[in-house]
Amino acid sequence: MSASVLGQSVRRKEDYRFLTGAGTYTDDVSVPGQLYAYFLRSPHAHARIRSIDTQAARAAPGVAAVFVGADLAGQVNGLPCGWLITGLDGQPMKEPPHPPLAQGKVRYVGDALAMVVAASLDQAKDAAESIAVDYEVLPAVVDPAQACAPGAPLVHDEVPANTCYVWGLGDKAAVDAAFAQAGHVTTLAFVNNRLIPNAIEPRAALAQYSRGDDSYTLHVTSQNPHVERLLMTAFVLNLPEHKVRVIAPDVGGGFGSKIFLYPEETVLTWAARQVNRPIKWTAERSESFLADAHGRDHVTRAELALTKDGKFLALRVHTTAAMGAYLSTFASCIPTILYATLLAGQYSTPRIYCEVTAVFTHTAPVDAYRGAGRPEATYVVERLVETAARELKIDPAEIRRRNFITQFPYQTPVALCYDTGNYPATLNEALRLADVAGFESRRKEAESRGKLRGIGYSAYIEACGLAPSNVAGSLGARAGLFEAAEVRVHPTGKVTVFTGSHSHGQGHETTFAQVVAERLGSSVEDVDVVHGDTGRIVFGMGTYGSRSLAVGGTAIVRAVDKVIAKGKKIAAHLLEAAEGDIEFAGGKFTVAGTDRELPFAQVALSAYVPHNYPLDKLEPGLDETAFYDPTNFTFPAGCHICEVEIDRATGETRIVNFTAVDDFGKVVNPMIVEGQVHGGLAQGIGQALLEACVYDRETGQLVTGSLMDYALPRSDDLPSFRVATQETPCTHNPLGVKGCGEAGAIGAPAAVMNAITDALWPLGIRDLPMPATPQTVWRALQSAPKPRGTRA
Amino acid sequence: MYAFDYVRPQTLKEAAAALRKSDQARFLAGGQSLVQALRLRLARPPLLIDLRAIDELNGIRVANNVVSIGAMTRHADVAAAKEVQRAIPALARVAAGIGDRQVRNQGTLGGSLANADPAADYPAAVLGLGATIVTSKREIPADKFFLGLFETALKPGEIIVRVDFPQPLRAGYAKFRHPASRFALVGVFVCDTTSGVRVAVTGAGPCAFRVKRMEKVLAKAFTPQAIEKIVLPAEGLNSDIHAAADYRAHLVTVMAQRAVTAAAKL
Repeated sequence: MSASVLGQSVRRKEDYRFLTGAGTYTDDVSVPGQLYAYFLRSPHAHARIRSIDTQAARAAPGVAAVFVGADLAGQVNGLPCGWLITGLDGQPMKEPPHPPLAQGKVRYVGDALAMVVAASLDQAKDAAESIAVDYEVLPAVVDPAQACAPGAPLVHDEVPANTCYVWGLGDKAAVDAAFAQAGHVTTLAFVNNRLIPNAIEPRAALAQYSRGDDSYTLHVTSQNPHVERLLMTAFVLNLPEHKVRVIAPDVGGGFGSKIFLYPEETVLTWAARQVNRPIKWTAERSESFLADAHGRDHVTRAELALTKDGKFLALRVHTTAAMGAYLSTFASCIPTILYATLLAGQYSTPRIYCEVTAVFTHTAPVDAYRGAGRPEATYVVERLVETAARELKIDPAEIRRRNFITQFPYQTPVALCYDTGNYPATLNEALRLADVAGFESRRKEAESRGKLRGIGYSAYIEACGLAPSNVAGSLGARAGLFEAAEVRVHPTGKVTVFTGSHSHGQGHETTFAQVVAERLGSSVEDVDVVHGDTGRIVFGMGTYGSRSLAVGGTAIVRAVDKVIAKGKKIAAHLLEAAEGDIEFAGGKFTVAGTDRELPFAQVALSAYVPHNYPLDKLEPGLDETAFYDPTNFTFPAGCHICEVEIDRATGETRIVNFTAVDDFGKVVNPMIVEGQVHGGLAQGIGQALLEACVYDRETGQLVTGSLMDYALPRSDDLPSFRVATQETPCTHNPLGVKGCGEAGAIGAPAAVMNAITDALWPLGIRDLPMPATPQTVWRALQSAPKPRGTRA
Repeated sequence: MYAFDYVRPQTLKEAAAALRKSDQARFLAGGQSLVQALRLRLARPPLLIDLRAIDELNGIRVANNVVSIGAMTRHADVAAAKEVQRAIPALARVAAGIGDRQVRNQGTLGGSLANADPAADYPAAVLGLGATIVTSKREIPADKFFLGLFETALKPGEIIVRVDFPQPLRAGYAKFRHPASRFALVGVFVCDTTSGVRVAVTGAGPCAFRVKRMEKVLAKAFTPQAIEKIVLPAEGLNSDIHAAADYRAHLVTVMAQRAVTAAAKL
């Protein structure tokens, strides 16, 4: 057997089909007799629907049907929220109904209120233009900080002050007491800017109903088809779950935005039976902007209490988090369970209190977006830490060292228990790779060119593979958090893996094949991975929260181990040895201490051609299934160091160096991991420098409704990254893996903003809002307290 | 998009004849703005008259210190043309910096000018170089061409045939890119000729315009320092989420200085 395939940069098996245009995305799937759907969306942020006249649309050429909210009433329930948050007052969060087509009122620009089904998309659009809606336009509120102010327009009449919940975590009294004793307090106020995910493939769905057996097939751009099916059948459409097959074929990126159950595919599935024809819908980019769930949108005030020598005493945070107009599938747990629990960061801060007010606004729903709560938490902690270091004139690396957690397991004051980590190691490696020692001379050189150069750190932590199910359930989760896998060994020893995880860019087909090939001693080519189909895969919770390898991969390992255990029984029979004497390694079953051996493929053949086989004791076949529910989160962590140059004349910031040293535990495929880090960093840098979702404060119109106004990062906005990994294996899964998908987006924003504020600190500028656009920086420079300030 | 008819005339005469049949018809050049409007159902012409097959609208010629570029010449071709790079390198650079590769491979000089987007790059070069827009009916000096927001001196049915760019002593273009669209948030074209200096700005106002105050100063001293203190009043300049009017006014000065630096280097 050759060297281990774990840790090898095996080329992605899926890339051949993607790069040669042979992938199958939802919009590539077409079936005979298919109709096309178009959704009429609200042009107003808030309006009462006095009437909708669809008569002309129903009579328009090619139109098969027109559905409005009233047509669904009584048959289609509202979309559910998957996490119940209980407030400080002991009351459950407010869950106003979320009808898939608006009923009575529209609550954001883009809120769907009618679906037209026609023979062609153009006919559906033509017909939609003839729908006459009489709106009574009402005042709107889009800013979360304004939403709970007295007199703010109400998104839902039954939710006073637009407040979904007020939730808290930590010991408030102890924190207040620590602040009273503090030698120094650093305070910052932040807006964590709202982002629009923009996966390269827009959302799409194709719903089919089969009259013959009363079954449904839904192709949909989903990160978790089983969850989609469960929510849709059990809660919204009241359909028999076993009669609905949900297929998420090749999916072109998700970043969280394709986790959720959306109105469009729900109405499509219901309507496919009403019209007895397949119906397809594919979002246009402008619809993605309007109606995909957005991310972030926090307004926060945060304070860090320290001793004079920089030892953290306590952290106090208040955040107002926007939910948008309706609760999306996991909206409620993002700014709570996935945010407040991360506020310890990498530090042994003994006391932490966080209070979160979740509010409805007249905007698209807000939910998980790459990082989901953890970038927001990291931003709070790392901006505070860096600012405190500057205020106390302590080196930013040194203040972190003084406060790092070094003993594991470590119980934080905000519920999590870190199993392992080595924070000084990632910091030291980042300092080395980034050549921090040479920064001062680079800064001086930049100064001679009229540029302000700054350096910033971000020592982030994330919690991945949300678990275990019973604990999450006690915290309000309405879903399980395990993963399922089936390993089917074919008679020739080739393997098909059926995983409940879903790949939409992560390279699972390669990484999972490496894991299985390693364990079975076979080649990566002999292992195929199937995902994204409730008709083929036993069950699954899908892909989110950087969980696929840690949770889904472990389920696969467990199934493989069952295969090996059964194989030992078969081998024992064939080799006429005791089962306990059989060893399996390098793809061979061996009788310990002898040269008697059988290759794996021969054992597999015996399982399917059981002529010489212990049929009295063992079933034929070699196909095993495992469900795995983790005992804890995994805790990837790392240190990012960003170096920027600011053009004083224009305010433009260029990232000149970016170093990321991440501890993801064991790495299966370094190339794929590096790609994940690069993508995450791009999105994190996008948030820091470029991206901002802007709604007009008066009208609630989406100002950044296209790529002409919403600035996504491009390759030339980014530097050539220096990335490296450190390995502190996770202690509670057999692969020792932690997760890498979100790290870049979590760590980068604080690193970038710490670098910018480092460059501007001598001028008396201590904070800037994200994104730090040229105009924002220029304005800060114009009003800098010490415009000619230089370093001491 | 809405349904429309489509014709591809071979001559200017045929194009004019096609237009006479439908006064709501639109000429299609590179389609980089019009097709977007069609896709978004913001435009509903009954007929598109595609100009790409008309030979006399295509091609680049240099003679007598004048660079003549056919209206249907694509940005990528202008950027790559050796004769343009030799005669007016700044013009080639303007073309090379428009939009992205896909836009440059489709978009045309004439289409850009006729559309007169306030943030397009070409208008700054045309105005800055004091070019002449030759149409199917007449010759229009650049100074008389740009009238306002998406508004030009072109009359209904008038087709841009080519643009004649006189070769300057030196010229430079500096552009501060819109972070999302990569149009010019502010772009300034500076041109030094035997008859004086011209400074043309795009992105900052409703259409491209000249800054005579800078021109006068630069005619005496062609250095970035000479115009450091000349800042346009913010009033009347464009303002949006990416750049308020005062920031644009500031950027005009900075970009003009950088254009002077670029011109001095070329």
